[in-house]
Amino acid sequence: MNSNSVFTETKKERQLKELAFLSILYFCVTVAIVTLMTLIFDVISTGYSRLFNDYELGLISKVTIDNPRDFLTSLDSRDPLKAGIGPAFAGTVWLMIIVIFATFPLGAGAAIYLQEFAPKNKLTRFIELNLTNLAGVPSVIYGLMGLAVFVRLAGFGRSVLSGGLTLTLLILPVVIVASREALKAVPDTIRQGALALGSTKFQAIFRQVVPSAIPGMVTGMVLGLSRAIGETAPLIFMGALTYVNYYPDTPLSGFTAIPIQVYNWIGYPQAEWKDTSSAGIILLLGLLLSMNALALIIRNKFEKDW
Amino acid sequence: MYKNLNLTKTKTKPLESFVKFFIKFSAFAAILISIAIVFTLLTEAINFFQDPEVTIREYFTATRWTPTFKNPVYGVLPLISSTLYIALIACIISFPLGLFSAIYLSEFATRNTRKVIKPIMEILAGVPTVVFGYFALNWITPNIVQRFIPGSGVFNAISAGIAVGIMIIPTIASISDDALNAVPKSLRMGSLALGSTRRITALKIMLPAALSGIIASFILGFSRAIGETMIVTIAGGQYPELNLDPRKAMYTITSSIVNVSLGDTPHGTTAYNALFALGITLFIMTFVLNIFSDYIARKYRKEYEQ
Repeated sequence: MNSNSVFTETKKERQLKELAFLSILYFCVTVAIVTLMTLIFDVISTGYSRLFNDYELGLISKVTIDNPRDFLTSLDSRDPLKAGIGPAFAGTVWLMIIVIFATFPLGAGAAIYLQEFAPKNKLTRFIELNLTNLAGVPSVIYGLMGLAVFVRLAGFGRSVLSGGLTLTLLILPVVIVASREALKAVPDTIRQGALALGSTKFQAIFRQVVPSAIPGMVTGMVLGLSRAIGETAPLIFMGALTYVNYYPDTPLSGFTAIPIQVYNWIGYPQAEWKDTSSAGIILLLGLLLSMNALALIIRNKFEKDW
Repeated sequence: MYKNLNLTKTKTKPLESFVKFFIKFSAFAAILISIAIVFTLLTEAINFFQDPEVTIREYFTATRWTPTFKNPVYGVLPLISSTLYIALIACIISFPLGLFSAIYLSEFATRNTRKVIKPIMEILAGVPTVVFGYFALNWITPNIVQRFIPGSGVFNAISAGIAVGIMIIPTIASISDDALNAVPKSLRMGSLALGSTRRITALKIMLPAALSGIIASFILGFSRAIGETMIVTIAGGQYPELNLDPRKAMYTITSSIVNVSLGDTPHGTTAYNALFALGITLFIMTFVLNIFSDYIARKYRKEYEQ
């Protein structure tokens, strides 16, 4: 029926339908972009005064403020205008360090094994199936697993170490897939050339293939890391939501992180907290965007066009 | 020269076997993580159902979820219905927007437009969910939901659903885009050569050809929406009884997991075990959907390999 109408409609009708369809498509793409712009604009317009200016104007001038400029370094407070993101920022840096040190060897190792060494058998296929499934497990489930395994079983307690390891497991599947893509992009001629010159398989892979895949692997790692530091739900189980107002000094000390701190602030009803949480979000988004930019730069600068 | 060669050979041997062992272990980590997730969820959930305070019948038939009340009732029904309800709203938003964005990207956009829109989509995909939660509560609710839908509360299912929907647009757009791009170019060329317009080509040739990939993206998006935590926790509220009014607060599985873990839940209590019972309920729901999505995508891939 529909295909008949294609032939019976006049040229004008057809052009009109074409135009309507294209405008629907434009509209759909625009919605996503406009939403992102609105989100960023809204957050910046409410939060930037808290982040960059001191409060001397408007309603809030009555409140005495010690150091409103020091949002980045001061401790959290019950007063929205004094609250800073210092300990949470430090907690996020701690998490990043732990995640980097745990993810890089595990992610790169698994990718190298699966891409270069693994025999094509049922076990390998089972590992791959597991990876695909793990990538789809909600992050809150990883939090529950981290609570049972790292906090209770391993005895790390509700610490920054437990949090970092949980985040590592969360991003591992993504990082492995990205690293495999990087290895896959290295042409076989490199492998064959190295083997033809007399190197062993191990030497060919670790001296020729892996070094040329490093930029791609690092890109995947940075993207995984940026996902990890934006995660909130798994960290709630690590006790990161309790009122932590000190800088973590060992891997086993309690901690809070930027997204957790923001979540905390969103929960308070007073209007001033909105500015404070927006300021935290600006910091978080800035951090993520600069990491994405870093990944892009690495990709463009080092990626070889084979 | 000769000496050097010999030296490296003898020296790398133990290191070589260690590295081989390590990368193999890293690959098996994928299996270990899966086992850890299933095992921890199962054992604690079994503890939960063995508790004299709860019965399996109550868990599946009671219509309230009030674990912290004096006479706690553990009924998962309102949680499942809220979860599906909000996920459904998210799908209504994201399916058309994501699919049409994909059609635009693969069929209409010039290479330069693609270069602009793709990174924007990636940024949208990278926005932390806590930020979307803030946006839903502080922007979508007052500016859209409460303005156009009278009787909406501060916490409501609509704005949470809209925010979750926006969050999964990039997932659906990028997978559907891949599916459309995987259709052999000859199909598009043939259709255009026979005189059909670009709209007809997109809707009647490309869309059916990529349908299984697109359906896979829808299922994956739905699964993401079910597992989403922070948006629904922040903007969806906590109404622990059966509720089908989207203007009111709801209580999803994920947000009840977060809220139970926020309270005082020492190891071994019924509330602590309830976390894992909810966890495995959520895990099974997303797992089945992910497998289904993967199955459909796989079936589709075979179609064009012949």
